[in-house]
Amino acid sequence: MRIRGGKQVAAGSAVAIVAVALAACSSSTTTTPASGGTTAPGTGSTGAAVSGTLNGAGSSFQNTFQQSAIQAFHSVQSGVTVNYNSVGSGTGRTDLASGVVQFAGSDSPIPAKDVASFKGKTVLYFPVLIGPITLSYNLTGVSSLKLTAPVIAQIFSGKITKWNDSAITSLNPGVNLPSTAITPAVRSDSSGTTQNFALFLQTAAPSDWSLGDQSTVKWPSNARAGAQNTGVAQIVKSTPGAIGYVDYADAKASGLTFASVQNKAGNYVAPSTDAASASAAGVTVKPDLTFHAVWGAGAQSYPITYQSWVLVYEIQPNASDVSLLKAYIGYLIGDGQSLLGQLGYAQLPANIDSMAKAQLDKITS
Amino acid sequence: MSVATRADSAIPAESAHPLAQRRPLGDRAFAILALAAGLLVLVILVLIAISTSQQASSWFSTVGTGIFAYNWDPGQNQFGVLAFIYGTGITAVIAVVLAVPVSIGIALLLNEVVPRRMAAPIVYVVDLLAVVPSVVWGLWGIIVLAPWLNHIYGSIASGVNGIWVLGFLFGGENISGASFFTAGLILAFMITPIVTSLSREVVATTPSIDKQGAYALGATRWEMIRGVVWPHSQGGIVGAVLLGLGRAMGETIAVALVIGSSATITSHLFAPGYNLPAGIANQFGESSGVFRAALMGMGVLLFALTIIINVIARGVVQRSARRARGA
Repeated sequence: MRIRGGKQVAAGSAVAIVAVALAACSSSTTTTPASGGTTAPGTGSTGAAVSGTLNGAGSSFQNTFQQSAIQAFHSVQSGVTVNYNSVGSGTGRTDLASGVVQFAGSDSPIPAKDVASFKGKTVLYFPVLIGPITLSYNLTGVSSLKLTAPVIAQIFSGKITKWNDSAITSLNPGVNLPSTAITPAVRSDSSGTTQNFALFLQTAAPSDWSLGDQSTVKWPSNARAGAQNTGVAQIVKSTPGAIGYVDYADAKASGLTFASVQNKAGNYVAPSTDAASASAAGVTVKPDLTFHAVWGAGAQSYPITYQSWVLVYEIQPNASDVSLLKAYIGYLIGDGQSLLGQLGYAQLPANIDSMAKAQLDKITS
Repeated sequence: MSVATRADSAIPAESAHPLAQRRPLGDRAFAILALAAGLLVLVILVLIAISTSQQASSWFSTVGTGIFAYNWDPGQNQFGVLAFIYGTGITAVIAVVLAVPVSIGIALLLNEVVPRRMAAPIVYVVDLLAVVPSVVWGLWGIIVLAPWLNHIYGSIASGVNGIWVLGFLFGGENISGASFFTAGLILAFMITPIVTSLSREVVATTPSIDKQGAYALGATRWEMIRGVVWPHSQGGIVGAVLLGLGRAMGETIAVALVIGSSATITSHLFAPGYNLPAGIANQFGESSGVFRAALMGMGVLLFALTIIINVIARGVVQRSARRARGA
């Protein structure tokens, strides 16, 4: 009995391994999204009932919004199952290019060097949300702090190392800044937050910033790195003298204090969802709906603001996905916008939102 | 399943014949199935190696010999990974240096000091360390251990700065709770069970007659361990250490959380660093193009490094096992 049992286990496990291997092989060679969508008769507009499955992957920045929107969307369109996998913008774009998902979430446009991987097919950009990046700091007794882009650039380049440096004190008359060493808190993982923060410094303080505008930055040696926004928030919270860039929702959730930053118009503005929308309203939007929400014009705009898109192919390989995508993306840029405020994101400004809605009809098969 | 059952019923009928003769269908089917299972693992391994190398090819072709340079900065298109290789080596060495004396101590304790019925619960507790998931070690490391170690590192560093070797290793200005040393410490916890259990088995193979002989000559317990157990187990323990080293080099998530994520080469162990698996895990999500190829290439390097270490370890263990049987 013992021997027989052993053999059965061996045979069974061998079969299991073969099955796993086959599954792995087949999934790596799949080029069309593994979902079937059936469309109810007479649909075409976003309001009609549709059913099927949509798979998306990408930006972790928009993940909280995606998850809430998926829940809320399900109550509107109970026939549609949407999955969103928070794997990072770069991986999301790769997945879209290889046809693993029907839509990708991305915090930045497709880089020029990756355009080739989409094999000449047109990708539509649908902006879905705007968000401020805070500069959160840990200084006992300092409840308000004003910073300018050049000073922030020098702090995160390791050039300003003490809080009572004259460059900071001259911006903050009347504030008693200690001689504590500054510890810049940064992201250890590659991130759209890093990329857009670096883009802000590149745009607003080009002569003080030389570390590029990529998702990974070679930080100075006094920087401390944490995983995700919460990891950076944790460093700021536990390190006296730390200052870190943390997205607004996580900074608020962690109870951090954040600095006011001088905007393009010269005003010091504290981060808020309205101030972020104002910045996005003040930037130039290209015809393909790509834009950078940082350093927007307007007296009330908060300058360190970034954006996230949903990316889809203009011409869908599966005709049945067209109505599903129109319904879901239509929800994200329509009724779904009202979910953003309570999650710590900012809504799209009216001009961008109407451009996005006008683009919906471009999705065809 | 049905194949295995048929093989069983066939055995008694054929058992009278020598094995060399034509064997029944069930036996042959089982042999083929078993062979296929064995080969499958090999094939998967080779396919992984080929496909990752192929994914990494644009890194090799654009960066060339610069892949081993010390200049990791994806923002400026610089993809030299020397700092990651250095970090992989240094954290694994720290882990081994911390874990091995403890592991050998536990192995000797279990075999030579405590009675057998007391050994069982100790073995159980040590094995429990291996059950703790990697991410739990990492979170504990970054939330509990790192802030606490930050102060201790600071005190040690200010104490040893300027002293020749100590200042070189434990000094420096750039002290962080998340550092090479913290990563090594977490890895030490993680490899202790495997090094302990392998060492324990090696130590247990020491022939009882040799040990009794040593006692009969008037040796104390320590003299017996030094004179009989140690020479007998040396090779096997070296193998166990190398296997622990291999494990420490490949460990990812726990290290990614506590290593500090700064691609620098420094002798100061309390400074933030990086290693190959943590570098891949942290940077993969937002990477593309040559950057992604470079991360794939780091995976290939890590794969090669761990295979080399493991092959050497197996070799050492087998050689010592043969010698032990011959003795």
